[in-house]
Amino acid sequence: MADQWQPGIHMSSLHYRSELLQSLRSFFQQRQVLEVDVPVLARSTVTDINIESISTLVSGNSGYLQTSPEYFMKRLLAAGSGDIFCLGKAFRDAESGRRHNPEFTLLEWYRCGWDEHQLMAEVAELISQLANVGADTQLVVTKLSYGECFKSVLGVDPHSAKIASLQQMAVEASSESWAHESRANCLDLLFSLNVEPQLPNGLVFIYDYPACQAALAQLNLNAQGQLVSRRFEAFFNSMELANGYMELTDAVQQRERFEKETDQRSAQNKPAVAIDEKLMAALDSGLPPCAGVALGVDRLLMQLLRADSIDQAMAFSWQRC
Amino acid sequence: MANYSTNEFRSGLKLMLDGDPCSILENEFVKPGKGQAFSRVKLRNLKSGRVLEKTFKSGESLEGADVIDMDMQYLYEDGDFWYFMEPDTFEQHQASEQAVGEALKWLREQDICVVTLYNGAPLSVVPPNHVELEIVETDPGLRGDTAQGGSKPAKLITGAVVKVPLFLDQGDVIKVDTRTGEYQGRVKE
Repeated sequence: MADQWQPGIHMSSLHYRSELLQSLRSFFQQRQVLEVDVPVLARSTVTDINIESISTLVSGNSGYLQTSPEYFMKRLLAAGSGDIFCLGKAFRDAESGRRHNPEFTLLEWYRCGWDEHQLMAEVAELISQLANVGADTQLVVTKLSYGECFKSVLGVDPHSAKIASLQQMAVEASSESWAHESRANCLDLLFSLNVEPQLPNGLVFIYDYPACQAALAQLNLNAQGQLVSRRFEAFFNSMELANGYMELTDAVQQRERFEKETDQRSAQNKPAVAIDEKLMAALDSGLPPCAGVALGVDRLLMQLLRADSIDQAMAFSWQRC
Repeated sequence: MANYSTNEFRSGLKLMLDGDPCSILENEFVKPGKGQAFSRVKLRNLKSGRVLEKTFKSGESLEGADVIDMDMQYLYEDGDFWYFMEPDTFEQHQASEQAVGEALKWLREQDICVVTLYNGAPLSVVPPNHVELEIVETDPGLRGDTAQGGSKPAKLITGAVVKVPLFLDQGDVIKVDTRTGEYQGRVKE
């Protein structure tokens, strides 16, 4: 314990981190995207089945550390903010490891009137600028649909495969405990274990996620006429870096999804979470058409520094706090 | 034994898996941003020595294995069993040939070994990293040939055969690294 007073980050990397934060801000300032600093402590939180918030007491009432600035940012968008970005802290309980820390730095931004492909292009521009500083080599950017990527590695179409065959594949890839898992969980497992390690180096965008993993993204038919979500993820050297959506603006559909999640929470004995009614009211009043993305800044720094652990990319990871 | 949840997994933790005691070598927390968290675990089956990989959902738990590593002194063998003694309590344990395994060819009476006990009985034996043993059989030594390379097999008093430089002779005592089986040097007596 005695040596744990020291930071995990190298002093030269601490300077690099500071420059990175400034570069991120200036990237958006040059593009007339407004910086907003929204609360990290709030009365409500997300209902996501796989994201646990850290709860606390505020004057005796329950409060939550925010798992992302998304809901506050959407309220600003609905109020007419226009394009905005937020560079700040987010918190997720029970996430700790080589690539996870319960407190982390998240860059999230929204572009009004854009679709997810335009936003992917902007993510690529941002990362290319950062990755190419002082280097001769160009960042390689690849774009693949979830379906073609999954099928090329596992030989199965993730959108049309029967749940039973996905469960069977999940059991073979891991252990018996996956035999009764949901479609979304089986797909996540197979993608993480089998597809991610096969992704090309550089920046890779995976788009058209399965409809069951839509979260807050719109649904759409792909070229094969299959229902997919307009959600994408960016992977940087095979590490998940960013998650983006063509945002769902339909308040009725969004409420249905949230209610399904709260039902799943109670079925799985997870802590109950009330739907954020202030967000719902904002959606009712009208969220402008927009695309949004959240990007893990500590992970970005890990890749730029070629660090093995998130502990080497932040001053003090949880083990040192 | 207590149960251990995935968030308590760490290298060195001993767990029961499919009825066999295993030791965690590596544990990696994996979680897609919006997805289910899980642990990718690399384990060594302590009975077979085989390394296997398993993936558990976060929150799953496994039963701990009653496995401890203990320094013990090797006493003797009686043809069926090898006997080890806890230095503090003088308690003796008999180990089967399977448990002694590869350690067999390095064991000399009174050496201190690491004995792994599973449910109180020896499961495996690790000899000291370095042992000093007498050569009992080898081709005659070539005196003066100490500079150039070249080696020959030599049988040691415990039965192990190691490669040694040409100048060594029967009766010489040598130091051997038991982890690699490599000759380390001659011991002057």
